[in-house]
Amino acid sequence: MSTIAISAEKLSKNFDGVVAVNEISFEVTAGTITALLGGNGAGKTTTIAMLLGLLLPSSGRIEILGEDMVQNRHRVLRRMNFGSPYVDLPKRLTVRENLRVFAGLYGLRGVHARIEELVDALALGEFIDRPTGQLSSGQRTRVALAKALINVPSLLLLDEPTASLDPDTGDWVRSYLEEYACETGATILLASHNMNEVDRLCSDVLMMKQGQIVDQGTPKGLVEKYGQESLEQVFLDIARRDENNQQEAAAQ
Amino acid sequence: MSEFHPIEQHPDRPLAFHRIGAMGLRYLFLLRSSWTRIIELAYWPLMQMILWGFMTKFLLTADSPVIKAAGLLIAAVLLWDVMFRSNIGVAVSFLEEMWSRNLAQLFASPLRPYEWAISLLFISLVRTIIGIIPAALLAIPLYSYSIFDMGLPLIAFFINLMIFGGAVGLAVSALVLRFGMGAESLAWVGIFLVAPISGIYYPISILPDWLQPIAWALPSSHVFEGMRAVLIDGQFQTGLFIDAVLLNIVYLAAGVTIFLYVFRLARIKGLLLQMGE
Repeated sequence: MSTIAISAEKLSKNFDGVVAVNEISFEVTAGTITALLGGNGAGKTTTIAMLLGLLLPSSGRIEILGEDMVQNRHRVLRRMNFGSPYVDLPKRLTVRENLRVFAGLYGLRGVHARIEELVDALALGEFIDRPTGQLSSGQRTRVALAKALINVPSLLLLDEPTASLDPDTGDWVRSYLEEYACETGATILLASHNMNEVDRLCSDVLMMKQGQIVDQGTPKGLVEKYGQESLEQVFLDIARRDENNQQEAAAQ
Repeated sequence: MSEFHPIEQHPDRPLAFHRIGAMGLRYLFLLRSSWTRIIELAYWPLMQMILWGFMTKFLLTADSPVIKAAGLLIAAVLLWDVMFRSNIGVAVSFLEEMWSRNLAQLFASPLRPYEWAISLLFISLVRTIIGIIPAALLAIPLYSYSIFDMGLPLIAFFINLMIFGGAVGLAVSALVLRFGMGAESLAWVGIFLVAPISGIYYPISILPDWLQPIAWALPSSHVFEGMRAVLIDGQFQTGLFIDAVLLNIVYLAAGVTIFLYVFRLARIKGLLLQMGE
């Protein structure tokens, strides 16, 4: 079995001449939690969408769990899943109905047993038969997580999994993800703006800016490399570097 | 921890019924979630049938044997509604995914676009049956007319109109995917483009000469001419049926091709990520 869960090689995406992702290459080791960091418009969502097959790359190659993503997309998708607060589940369907639909899409056997496991693990019992649209954002996050874990994925892609959650719920989600990765050996790639979250969960960080990977390493390694005190300061340093250079050039 | 144990999955196949079934279930859940939607499905066919039924009663006082053919207008109304409901059944179910911003969730799963297309055709059949059956049944006590008296030809007409409506629905859905929710109205009105030249209430020979070849290029024209042949002359014209089937093969292939082409385009342009209410 490959020890590389994700391998991207010279991956690019253009939208009508606008370069969203520019020849990025990276690898994510199986069993790790890796963060994809970058400001708005850095290309994180585009990269995740290409990894999921929702977007076709303009050029480059993606291999996931040892399979070519363009050629064998559907075979790989059975073993992965994703979650994002920006992508909804049908609001009029109850939580149970939504989970049943996705269990079917992922070809699960023993659907009811699996749903009951998730109900227990994620404390969904109180609202399992309520329409998804009537849930609070914290409840919706748990449901999104249940959907993302329905097939016990070997690779989980998460786009800002704790965005707009209160600290308590956010902490609960992070604990659950840690536990999941630890118990199953799954690989997690998460895009986040929460540096504390990245510090706590991730063993590797990919820093993106203007469609490129500008640096990568462990959170601690990046903090040391940039001579900063925290990952947030590293993030700001990288984000503002060109801005500062431009201002200096203009002043001269 | 029990919730993390490995799960069992059905084997992966290029066309998997468990995925089509899951999508069918999704639309059935949606339908079940709102009684008003179910009532609305039957409402318009009922109103149309009642309106045209009384019109037929009135026209029966005229001398024309064509008009006197029992239930001609009622049958036309019901069969037109089969085509309309089939089209709208595909398009509205498609729009549900756009409204609920669910496309990215669906296609991050192993669902294939053609499996989705099949599930849309399936739910369209369910919605059409829910819509048409009450109107067809109510026509029996109201006008002493049963469309079911047509027998086997009715099944032939029904299937052909379902397929044609579904094919147009897939093509229209593709246009909405391509051009966004601004093109949503196409889903509602698209089928009316072919209504005037389908010979629903009048024979194709009524149309101007230059328009008739265009009308004959539609499966629906062959179906409605066939319906009149059964109701007026008591004959099932096999030639019209075969023409309708052959044309439907072409239209369905075109509908599916356009749908799959636009879906691929959506993956190039990022359209699956951008749809919303």
